[in-house]
Amino acid sequence: MTSVDLEIKRPRSHLVYVLSQNPVSLVAIFGFGLILFAALFGPVVAPYDPLATNAAEALKAPSWDHWFGTDQLGRDVLSRVLTAARLDLMISFAAVTLSFFIGAGMGSCAGYFGGWFDAISGRIIDTIMAFPLFVLAMGIVAALGNTVENIIYATAIINVPFYARVARAEAAIRRNSGFVQAAKVAGNTDFRILAIHVFPNSLPPMAVQASLNMGWAILNAAGLSFIGLGVRPPTPEWGIMVAEGANFIISGEWWLAIFPGLALMLTVFTFNLLGDALRDIIDPRQRT
Amino acid sequence: MSDVSFPLISIQNLTVSFSTRNGFVKAVSNVSFDLSRGETLGIVGESGSGKSVTSYALMGILDSNGTIDGGKIEYSGMNLRSANEKQMREIRGREISMIFQNPRSALNPIRKIGLQIEDVLRAHCIAVGADARRRAIDLLDKVKIRDPAKRFHSFPHEISGGMCQRVVIALALACSPKVLIADEPTTGLDVTTQKAIMDLIKELGEDQGLSTILITHDLGLAANYCNRVVVMQHGEVIETGGVNSLFRNPSHPYTRALVDATPRRTGIVRELLPKNDPRHSQPEPRPSSSTRSHPLLIVDGLTKEFLDVRSLGWMPWRNNNAIRTDRIFRAVDAVSFELHEGESLGLVGESGCGKSTTSMMVMRLLDLDQGTIQLAGEDIGSVPSTRFARHRARPNLQFVFQDPTESLNPRFTAMRCIADPLLQLGRLSRRSEIKARVEELANLVQLPDSLLSRFPHQLSGGQKARVGIARAIALNPKLLILDEPTAALDVSVQAVVLNLLVDLRAQLGMSYLFVSHDLNVVRLLCDKVMVMQAGRIIEQGPSSKVMNTPKTAYTRQLLASSLEPPHASFRQEIAQ
Repeated sequence: MTSVDLEIKRPRSHLVYVLSQNPVSLVAIFGFGLILFAALFGPVVAPYDPLATNAAEALKAPSWDHWFGTDQLGRDVLSRVLTAARLDLMISFAAVTLSFFIGAGMGSCAGYFGGWFDAISGRIIDTIMAFPLFVLAMGIVAALGNTVENIIYATAIINVPFYARVARAEAAIRRNSGFVQAAKVAGNTDFRILAIHVFPNSLPPMAVQASLNMGWAILNAAGLSFIGLGVRPPTPEWGIMVAEGANFIISGEWWLAIFPGLALMLTVFTFNLLGDALRDIIDPRQRT
Repeated sequence: MSDVSFPLISIQNLTVSFSTRNGFVKAVSNVSFDLSRGETLGIVGESGSGKSVTSYALMGILDSNGTIDGGKIEYSGMNLRSANEKQMREIRGREISMIFQNPRSALNPIRKIGLQIEDVLRAHCIAVGADARRRAIDLLDKVKIRDPAKRFHSFPHEISGGMCQRVVIALALACSPKVLIADEPTTGLDVTTQKAIMDLIKELGEDQGLSTILITHDLGLAANYCNRVVVMQHGEVIETGGVNSLFRNPSHPYTRALVDATPRRTGIVRELLPKNDPRHSQPEPRPSSSTRSHPLLIVDGLTKEFLDVRSLGWMPWRNNNAIRTDRIFRAVDAVSFELHEGESLGLVGESGCGKSTTSMMVMRLLDLDQGTIQLAGEDIGSVPSTRFARHRARPNLQFVFQDPTESLNPRFTAMRCIADPLLQLGRLSRRSEIKARVEELANLVQLPDSLLSRFPHQLSGGQKARVGIARAIALNPKLLILDEPTAALDVSVQAVVLNLLVDLRAQLGMSYLFVSHDLNVVRLLCDKVMVMQAGRIIEQGPSSKVMNTPKTAYTRQLLASSLEPPHASFRQEIAQ
């Protein structure tokens, strides 16, 4: 297929402008860089082996040797937090990607074509939404088995409704708009209109949704691990680390739970901020 | 009566600027005018001339990024610039009231219209309780809403656009203000409704001794309803004067160009262009008449019915008997016409008369219920609209949409927009060929190549209209349907676009089906005109015949409602 000047010019000045208008976006991008760095190079830069136990060093408070202290088995908390970033990010990214594509496909078709497909997909989504989502995820993982893939599937399924609803609303607004009619007159088939004209225009709100969702997905994965589903010890994972560390807070060893908890919080916070930044950058109407 | 020489509102050297991402932009600079008691002042100008911003500055309702940089705004001797928000709130509504452009968006959609009027009365402590209700009904009666006690309980979506504007006027007049600012009060309303609304504003103004500022782009409106007119361009006042002397004898070339660009009942399309345009004196090109005899489009008995949802009530499941015929609303009723090759046919009517439905059916974007449509001898009416995108007749049947902004994909550049039909239906496959063709088309519609890489929101209204036209003619269609292609444009841009359409028709030998509410515009482009009312064609014939000797009362009413500015009769002598 041919394509004429499909590449949209993204002048650097636009990025600079968006960031100067909203410095918080810069914080978000910086935080995202940090998380990405931890995910890519965490195991390399970690000062200790995250799985190596050392009974002599158990439950040591943060010090120059162990910045985040050590846990009950003498494992370095900093190394474990850094190493866990990759697994947590991978789970949530895979889950979000999966739910993005399923939700966008389902929602866009429902919004654009309407009719029986809209009715059926709408009821499926209502059914999913009728459950407490975390309990549904627990049920799915418990039923399918305790593996990382199943956490991904469970997280993806409970997030599909959010994407489907946004995509459906965005497609339904544009179904009868002038440029869609114009595209029909220009000889585009319905599926092509949906893919080339309607869906790209619903990307800004979808991108915001995806970014917010990354935060939820990470929380969800960590939450499942926290209650003992999904990732199993001794694999470093923020949820398990918080769960294990929680036992020691009463006896004063706060660092076990606080540092992975902070990592979790900062990641969710960053993704929430990133959503707004992303919308400003993607939306062509922001450009003048 | 108080001293007439002392103006009610006096604006002197007003300067307003907005901070945008490209730095400060001056929207209004050095604007001065006075409004006397009982006077109707028109502020006339095209979009972006700063006429609305001036009135917003006066009301103290500028957007948060706008600031008044200098000048004086006085209301009966009081300096409004130094007034605080509390004082301004008292003045707004009680002393100075405003009517906005879109009446439907000015009303709260989930509150009964009568209650909305009561709210205003209560907010300004004019009336409470049963008294407020009585006065609200009085007000509805005053703006000539029939059966006001019943209409009190209507919601905005249950009444027509013209009625909504009447309610908005009632709201504006609720506190008996001294000044009424009407910002394009009739844009988007039909000509007959426009006349009724303007007559109402005029009558109420005279009754209550109101001073009115009428902001409009329509010279005909200003000429017929104002005492004095201020002409604005690029944020500056370029001319002020009494309505008769100003339009008959405009001293500024811009005013003259505006007067000339307004379509009238006589004259040809070339005369709309400014004097210095080389095409002004050229004859109007006509398509070659040799092929005229072949009918290109034959529409016979075209009918479309919609189920009237409102008549089902709010519990449609109760109506379990089959849908009765009286619940069916016939939007298009047995419409038949013929369009020959190289000919242009106008379709005129007010909103809701079915002209858009007709054009959508001929365009094959909407399925028809009865009748046939033949294009160049081929039956296209029986092809379902969902299958028509790939039909072989598709390239011959193209459309220019009413709203140039809405009909362009906001994520596509102008280049990509124009290339869309070429990619889908054109036989060009190489990138360079398509690019060359798009540039050729841009040249044809006089769109500079440098604009092709821009997004729609970076283009002006006229430029967007050109992109829309370029896209429609990309495949060399035989028939082009134009649905009010200039309704959203300024008169000077409309003049250029209409001339462009005339040139293109001659160059490419297309036929036009021109849909519009404005007989004066249709007449300029079309040989034949059809007048449509309530889904039927009530009159058709050659343009000049329909315009000069209308057969039906409705056509006569349409013609009488369209306002035009007085001719600048001595302009030739003055120009010399």
